[in-house]
Amino acid sequence: MSSLRNVSAIVEKEWRHYFGSPIAYVLLFVWTFLFGRFFQVAFEYFLLASARQGGMEMGMGPKMSLNEWVLRPLFQNMAVVALFVIPMLTMRLFAEEKRQGTIELLSTNPLTDWQVVLGKFFAATGLFGFMILVSLVNFVPLWVYATTAPDWKPVATGVLALLLYGASLIAVGTFISTLTRNQIVAGILSFCAFLALLTLGWADDPAAGPLQQAIAYLSVTAHMEDMTKGVLDLKDVVFYLSFSGFGLFLAQQSVESQRWRA
Amino acid sequence: MIEVVNLTKRYGRHTAVDGVSFSVQKGEILGFLGPNGAGKTTTMRILTCYLPATEGTARVAGFDVFEQPLEVKRRIGYIPETPPLYPDMEVADFLSFCSKIKGIPGKDRRRKIDEAIEKTRLVDVRNKHIGKLSKGYRQRVGLAQAILANPDVLILDEPTAGLDPKQILETRELIKSLGGEHTIILSTHILPEVEVTCGRVVIINKGKVVAEDTPENLTQRLRGSGALRVEARGETGPLFDLLRTVPGVIGLRPKGDAGDGVVAFEVDAEAGRDLRPELARAVVGAGHDLVGLSRLGMSLEEIFLQITTTDSADGAAPEAPAAAEAPATEAS
Ligand SMILES: Nc1ncnc2c1ncn2[C@@H]1O[C@H](COP(=O)(O)OP(=O)(O)OP(=O)(O)O)[C@@H](O)[C@H]1O
Ligand SMILES: [Mg+2]
Repeated sequence: MSSLRNVSAIVEKEWRHYFGSPIAYVLLFVWTFLFGRFFQVAFEYFLLASARQGGMEMGMGPKMSLNEWVLRPLFQNMAVVALFVIPMLTMRLFAEEKRQGTIELLSTNPLTDWQVVLGKFFAATGLFGFMILVSLVNFVPLWVYATTAPDWKPVATGVLALLLYGASLIAVGTFISTLTRNQIVAGILSFCAFLALLTLGWADDPAAGPLQQAIAYLSVTAHMEDMTKGVLDLKDVVFYLSFSGFGLFLAQQSVESQRWRA
Repeated sequence: MIEVVNLTKRYGRHTAVDGVSFSVQKGEILGFLGPNGAGKTTTMRILTCYLPATEGTARVAGFDVFEQPLEVKRRIGYIPETPPLYPDMEVADFLSFCSKIKGIPGKDRRRKIDEAIEKTRLVDVRNKHIGKLSKGYRQRVGLAQAILANPDVLILDEPTAGLDPKQILETRELIKSLGGEHTIILSTHILPEVEVTCGRVVIINKGKVVAEDTPENLTQRLRGSGALRVEARGETGPLFDLLRTVPGVIGLRPKGDAGDGVVAFEVDAEAGRDLRPELARAVVGAGHDLVGLSRLGMSLEEIFLQITTTDSADGAAPEAPAAAEAPATEAS
C-alpha cells in the first residue's frame, strides 16, 4: 500500500516535470505529426495500389489487407521514431537526480530503490502511452469516412506492440540514465544501445547457427512483427515484459551499487 | 537515540571518518564541529543511510542504519549540505511531494505542509518556483522538508549556511525550539551557533573525535585565569602605572592606541578573581574616562582553532592554553 503511494508520488513528480517543461508538448506534437504523416503516406499508397489492382473498390476490398499495407508499415515506422523519442524521455530520469543531488533526497527518505526505479519507469512509459493514444486521432477519419468501419483489433494489437516495445526501450534507457550524471551522455548512450538492439534483428537468418538465432531472438523489433499484423502471440508479450523487467533490474542494481562505490 | 560506535568510512585509500564514536540522548542538540574535510558530512550521510560505513555501527532510535534503513529513514529528517531541491517545482508542490514519500497520511498533508511553511517563514514564496529562489530561501525549503513529517531525529548539515543574519537568528531559534522533543545533530563551522543552540559539542578533525563536551565546559576549560581588556581615555604612561597598582593584577600589557585618545590594556588577574569593579573604580577615581572593560576568554573559535590546528594527530585532548596568549576577542 505504502509502496504504491511511493511509486505514484514519483510518477506524479516526473509527469509534473515532463509537462512543466516544453519536452512533453514537443514530443507529443512530433510523435502525433509523424504518426499522421506515415499513416497518410501508407494509406495513399494503399489506395493507389488497390485501385490499380482491383478497379475502384474503395480500398476496403478483400484482396488487399489494410493491416498488411497500412498498419504494419505505420507501426514499424513509429518503432523507428521511438528510437529517437525514447532517449529524450529517459535520459534525465536518474542523471538529473544525480547532478542536482536530489538523489540524496530520494535515498534518505523511506523509499526503496525499486520504488524509485518503477516510478520513473511508469512515468516515462505512461507518457509514451499517452503519446500513442493521442496519435490515434489520426485514425478518426478512417472510422468516419469509411463505408464499412475497419476492424479495431489490429489497431489494438499494434498499439500494444508499440507500447510493449517502447516499455522495453524505456527500461534500458532508465538503466543507462543511472550510469552517468550527464543527461546528454545518457541520451546518446541510450540511442546507441537502441540502435544496437535494432540491428540484432538483422542477424535473423533461418540458416544461421544457434548463437546467431539466440542473438536475433533478443531483437526488440522482431517481436513486433506479428502484433503489427494483428496477431497477438503471448510469447511476444512475455518477451517484452521480461526484457523490461531485466532492464529495470539492472537499473535497481545500479542505483544500489553506486552507494557502495561512493 | 543515536548511537555511533567506532564508525569508519574509507573512500578508496582515503579514510574520511576514522573510528568515530558518540551518542546523542533523546531531546538533545548535538553540535558537530570540524574544519573543512573533517568528515562531518560523511558521518551524517552514514547516519541517514545514504552511505554505508566501512566499519563500525550506527543506530538511530534503536534501528541499525545498515540492517533496517527504512525504519531509520522514517524517523529522520535530513538537510544535506546542499539542499536537494527540484528547481522546476513550486515550493508547495515540492513539499507535497516530500510529504508523500515521507508517508504522511493524506488527511494530514495539507496541515503539515502549512505548518512547515509557517515555521520556516516561506509563506511569501509558497507558490514560487524553487529555481527562482535565493540561496537562503532554498536553504529554508530544505529545512521545511526536513521538519515536515515531525521526525524524532533531525540531522542538519550546515543548516544556516547562506542565510542572512536575521534568518540565522530565526533558524537557530527554530532549531532550539525543536530540541527537547526532537533529537538533533547539527554540523556547522560557525561556533557561536553551537554556543547558542547546542547542549553538547563534538569536535572532529581529520575523521577523528578530538573533543566532546558542553560548549560552556569547553570554553571554561580553556579560558585560563581570566584576562581583561581595559580601554580608557588618557596617556599610556600614567594609566599603566595606575592599573599596575590595582590589587590582584598580575600582568599588564599596553595594547596601543584605540583611537580618539583612547588607549587599551590587557590585564591578567589572579585566578578566580573578577577585577572589573576594582579596575573601573581605579580608572574613574583617577579622573579618566573608562570607555571599555571586558573579559577576555577564549571563544570557541580559538578553542576550535587550537584543537584542530595545533593538536597532535593522535587526537589527545589539548592542554588548556593560557588565555593571555590568545588573541583578544570579546566573550562576555
Ligand atoms: N565521494 C567521495 N569520494 C572520495 N572522497 C570523498 C568523498 N566525499 C568526501 N570525501 C572526502 O572525505 C573527507 C571528509 O569529507 P566530508 O565531506 O565529510 O567533510 P566535512 O567535514 O563535511 O567538510 P565541510 O566542512 O567542508 O563540509 C574529505 O577529505 C573529502 O575529500
Ligand atoms: Mg560537509
